[in-house]
Formats: sequence, C-alpha cells, structure tokens
Amino acid sequence: MIKVLRDERMRQVFSACITLGLAVGVFAVSFGVAAVGAGATVAQTCVMSLLVFTGASQFSAVSVIGAGGSPASAFGGAAILAARNGVYGLAMAPHLKGRVATRLVAAQLTIDESTAMAAAQEDDSHRSAAFWVTGLAVYLFWNTGTLIGALLGKAVDPKVYGLDAAFPAAYVAMVWPLLRQRRPATAAVIGAVVCLALIPFVPVGVPILCATVGILVGVPTPAADTVVSETS
Amino acid sequence: MSWTFVLVLAAASYAFKVLGLVIVGDRRLPPMLDRCLALIPAALIAALVITNTFADGKHLQIDARAAGVGAAVVAAWRRAPIIVVIVTGAVVTAVLRRFA
Repeated sequence: MIKVLRDERMRQVFSACITLGLAVGVFAVSFGVAAVGAGATVAQTCVMSLLVFTGASQFSAVSVIGAGGSPASAFGGAAILAARNGVYGLAMAPHLKGRVATRLVAAQLTIDESTAMAAAQEDDSHRSAAFWVTGLAVYLFWNTGTLIGALLGKAVDPKVYGLDAAFPAAYVAMVWPLLRQRRPATAAVIGAVVCLALIPFVPVGVPILCATVGILVGVPTPAADTVVSETS
Repeated sequence: MSWTFVLVLAAASYAFKVLGLVIVGDRRLPPMLDRCLALIPAALIAALVITNTFADGKHLQIDARAAGVGAAVVAAWRRAPIIVVIVTGAVVTAVLRRFA
C-alpha cells in the first residue's frame, strides 16, 4: 500500500478517483432522490445501489418506472445498459488474475470507471491497482450518495455544478493515452462514429454496445500496429 | 417498485459482469481474439464520451456539455493530470450554464 502511494502514477489515479468519486457521489444523491420519487422505499433504493451497482442501468430503471412504464420495459432497458459490463469483463480478465473468489468480487466492480482507469495505465500491476482503487472508491461514494439522496428526498441538481460533464471529461482523460497507438485510436474513432450515428434510432444503451464493432480493427496480424508518435 | 424487480435486476447485472470477467474471461483465447478484446476500452469509452456529451435520451444536441468536454480534450492534449481534465470539463460547463 505504501509502495502504491509513493508511485507517481498511482498518486494521479488516487487524486482522479477522489474527484470522480465526488461527482459519482452527487449523482448517487440524485439517483436516491429519483428512486424514492419513483416509489421505491429507502431500503430498496440502497439495495439497488449495493447489488446492481451500475449507475446508468439504475437511472434508466427508475426513470422508466417513475414515468409509469411496466417493470418489464424498465428491466429491458436497464439490462441492455448492464450488458456492457460483460464486455468490460472480457477486456479486464487478462489483467485480473487470481483466485476465483477475488475475481467474483472484482466482477461486481467491473464498470465504466474502473475499466477506463485501468485501461489508461501502462503495465499490468498499475492496471490492476487502478481497477481496484477506482472500483472501491466508486462503490463507496455511489452507495453513500444513494443513502443520503434516499433519506433527503430533495434534489441536488448536478447540472448546476457541471457534474454531468465531469463524466465525459473523465473518460476523455482516461481514453487519451490509448489514442497514441494507431489501432486503439482507430477503434475509438469507429466506436464514437457508430455510437453517434445510432443514438437517434435505437434504444438508449444500444449505441454503446454497438460501438464494440470498433474492436474488429484488431483482426489483422499486428505488423501494422505502429506507434504514431512518441511525443504526442 | 417491487423487491422482485430490484433482485432480478441485481441478478442480471451481476450475471453480465461474472460472465465476462470470470466465466468467459478465464479461457485461453486465440491471439486474434486477444488483440480485439484489448481494443474494447478504447471503442466503448469513446462511445461513452459521445453519449454523455451529445445525447439527451435519444436526442442529439450541442449544449454547454460540448464546450466543457471540448475544454477537457484540450487539457488532455496538453497532458494535464486527470484531475485537472475532469475539473476543467465541469467548471467550463457550469460557468457556461450560469452565464449563457
């Protein structure tokens, strides 16, 4: 642990986690408020954050039910949004070795933030450390925020502080180091374009899953995978 | 909202996570598949940036978020630490909303 804290790269991860954690926390408060408003009890709201633990799915489920939608349609949308965590799991598996029990815990923490922060690291030990630190920090902030929101029942508008933009900004910071190599850069551009093109036409959550098509860039053998620029 | 709904959603969400990380992720994969899987974060995170910047449900729109994320891109390009990139995105968005 002390070794981890002395590491410049990990200090960056920790400080990013705290900012991200605060943004997550405020969003969790607004989730708690929304869930109670949609008819969930405080206990149901907190159990949802503890067990479902994938913010986009939870928000989607609560907003459909709050708008009078059926549990089946609320479940469908939420499940589509949760499916991407399975894809993240595939990507993270080579970096998260260890006992099955440990990986079953890691699975619960496999979400947007932990995957992105891990992917931004340069070697395996940093990857797994970044995954755990980010995953646990987000878990703590998400669940604390949910409890506060469910108890308060009053809205804190995250938009006033620009916190809705904190998420894409954080993802920009995490994806940036990956763009220095040609293949990940091409995969990212394809993912972004496919997603943008599909948003108006398919259900929420589907465009992100379809962005997976960008990984087909990896099919040819890697002779062509050159570093675009060492200094960019 | 029923407890059944909460628990079924929890089970489905965890099932996806375990399926990817533990069940399928445990197998030794052909090199081509490995190369493709390594590109998942780049492709999906880029899509997340697009969704969180331009989408409001199924509608595309350019608003204060786009300016904030644009500023974040500049910060990332200038090699600012992650924390600076995040704060830049949030502050530019908040200030634009306040005064625009």
